[in-house]
Amino acid sequence: MAIAFDREQGLSILSLMVRSRVFEEKIEALFSSHEMHGTTHLAIGQEAVHAGVSPALDPADWILTTHRCHGHTLAKGASVEAMLAEFFGLSNGLAKGLGGSMHLVDLEHHNAGSSAVVGSGVALATGMALQLKRMDSPNLVVAFFGDGASNRGVIHESMNMASIWNLPVLFLCEHNLYGMSSCADEMVSVKSLAERGSAYNIVGESVDGNDVEVVFDAVRKAAGHIRCKKRPYLLEVRTYRFSGHSKNDKRVYRSREEEHLWSLRDPLKIFSQRMIERGHLTSEDYVKLQQDERTGIDRIAEKLIGRKNELSIDEAASYVYVGGDVR
Amino acid sequence: MNTMSYREAIREAMMEEMARDEQVVVMGEDVGCYGGCFKVTPGLIERFGDRQVIETPVSEEGLVGVAVGAAMMGMRPIVEIMYGDFSTLAADPMINHAAKMRFMTAGQISIPLVYRTPMGSGTGAAAQHTQSLEHLFTNIPGLKVVYPATPADAKGLLKSAVRDDDPVVFLEHKLYGTEGIVPKGEYTIPLGKADIKRQGNDVSIITYGKTVFTALEAAAILEDDEVDVEVVDLRSLRPLDTHAIRASVRKTGRVVVVHEAPGFGGFSGEIIAQIVEDGKTFGALKAPVGRVCGREMPTPFNKNLEQQLPPSPHAIVDAVLGLFPSAV
Repeated sequence: MAIAFDREQGLSILSLMVRSRVFEEKIEALFSSHEMHGTTHLAIGQEAVHAGVSPALDPADWILTTHRCHGHTLAKGASVEAMLAEFFGLSNGLAKGLGGSMHLVDLEHHNAGSSAVVGSGVALATGMALQLKRMDSPNLVVAFFGDGASNRGVIHESMNMASIWNLPVLFLCEHNLYGMSSCADEMVSVKSLAERGSAYNIVGESVDGNDVEVVFDAVRKAAGHIRCKKRPYLLEVRTYRFSGHSKNDKRVYRSREEEHLWSLRDPLKIFSQRMIERGHLTSEDYVKLQQDERTGIDRIAEKLIGRKNELSIDEAASYVYVGGDVR
Repeated sequence: MNTMSYREAIREAMMEEMARDEQVVVMGEDVGCYGGCFKVTPGLIERFGDRQVIETPVSEEGLVGVAVGAAMMGMRPIVEIMYGDFSTLAADPMINHAAKMRFMTAGQISIPLVYRTPMGSGTGAAAQHTQSLEHLFTNIPGLKVVYPATPADAKGLLKSAVRDDDPVVFLEHKLYGTEGIVPKGEYTIPLGKADIKRQGNDVSIITYGKTVFTALEAAAILEDDEVDVEVVDLRSLRPLDTHAIRASVRKTGRVVVVHEAPGFGGFSGEIIAQIVEDGKTFGALKAPVGRVCGREMPTPFNKNLEQQLPPSPHAIVDAVLGLFPSAV
């Protein structure tokens, strides 16, 4: 049995999960109404992962995430307004509107951003860990990737290097069962990706990714291993993406029955009910929490819709090279 | 002044920069006691130890990605990729990551990384170890690309590349034993500045890398034909010294562009565009622009065939004489 959060921590984590859920729902609505352009990758259903990982870390630990990065960015501490502004392409966004929904970055909270070339970020995170070790830092790097990306060669190269060099990196596979449309059952050679750790002499563990206390506990344990044993660690968290891969996904590759079965394991339901059972929260409190979080995000979105503070193309060009535009 | 080889000049640049800044780290396959595939790194691990010399597994994509990540955290890696051909493996970390990190984060993260790799034929190593792939990198905003020919340029440009806060692709030819005079003491050569390797008034040969020497040979032969050749060594491809290109062509009115990579879709097209896009330079042309490039084929193994692949001095001579129809 995993640890049980006390009331204060439990409420903080539950609020984070709810904020992530309503944030994603807001994004979905804004894309549907064409108030946002481009594409987006929602993590509805995966809230126990981001709400379980970052709070279990030292704030000075780093994360490097993926195209599905909203929840991780929120959980590591980014401002909702700066995130939303980035989605709108505004100059007060996390990357001044140059990155968009797949490239959120928040160095202040030790979020090194994301690679949207799935799997490639794992090598970057491994390199960050190499430099942390060289500088005798006590901190580690979490390299997020999915079950789809797990088949990229660069992840295998990175795990091998992390192992031979004893790097402080937590390989965190967010197994949501589908790489775009492909089911892991048909694409991945092992039952659990944790098994692949043994190929690189890295301890691997697989846990329920829909139970935030289980995820938190597993990350605490992994981080302890990395810091004490000076070895990398591979953690697979099993979860399910309720939404489609990206905004136009009609989810033809899976059944509504399967989705229904997973909805019974909704991480928000599991954890809110547990908090209510423990007497930390009433049903009415939970409804109010959801309303408050939704209102908060709606207000920020309202403020940003229609704003025109965008970089000029010449200002954008000034970020290509350190010395400005070079040819 | 010292006489040293291209190889020694590159090594000396790395050693000076590693001694100056402990964040300068050489990474790559066999760069430790073996001294690197082309023996550029002997002595580094003995002097600087494994904190500044990191030997990696055969994992080009992974190791360049690791170097990019380390650079995000303050390291200034010099990555050695043993053959330029393997740049296909490193294309993702270089093109999708190193080149774009600063832009995608609106300047919050920069990647002070040097990517060293040798290119070109002449080693009997056949089609997968002899390509000239500079154009893979020259069309990528966010990358800088240099390709020095002489030991002195190699040293000065490498030191600048290491100190540059942007990712720099540092291309080397395989004439590592080529000797040349290198200034004593501390010096750097700025990226983006061409060098006139030979002054002349009748025709400009514009080139870079190993074919600088081929062009100089052709220029010596053309003395017999009383053609006074100027050889412009670009040294940097991005940023490109368009001013030097145009100034030389305006002076001579005739130009032949030379490189070992195949011409079709190659960097010579960009050089020619820079000449003809400028009205004053275009107006100064007294003949069509000439181009001598590598054959449109993979490098053959057979020695005689391999030698016919890159631009020869005689092919350049013929191209130059072709610009003077009345003289032929």
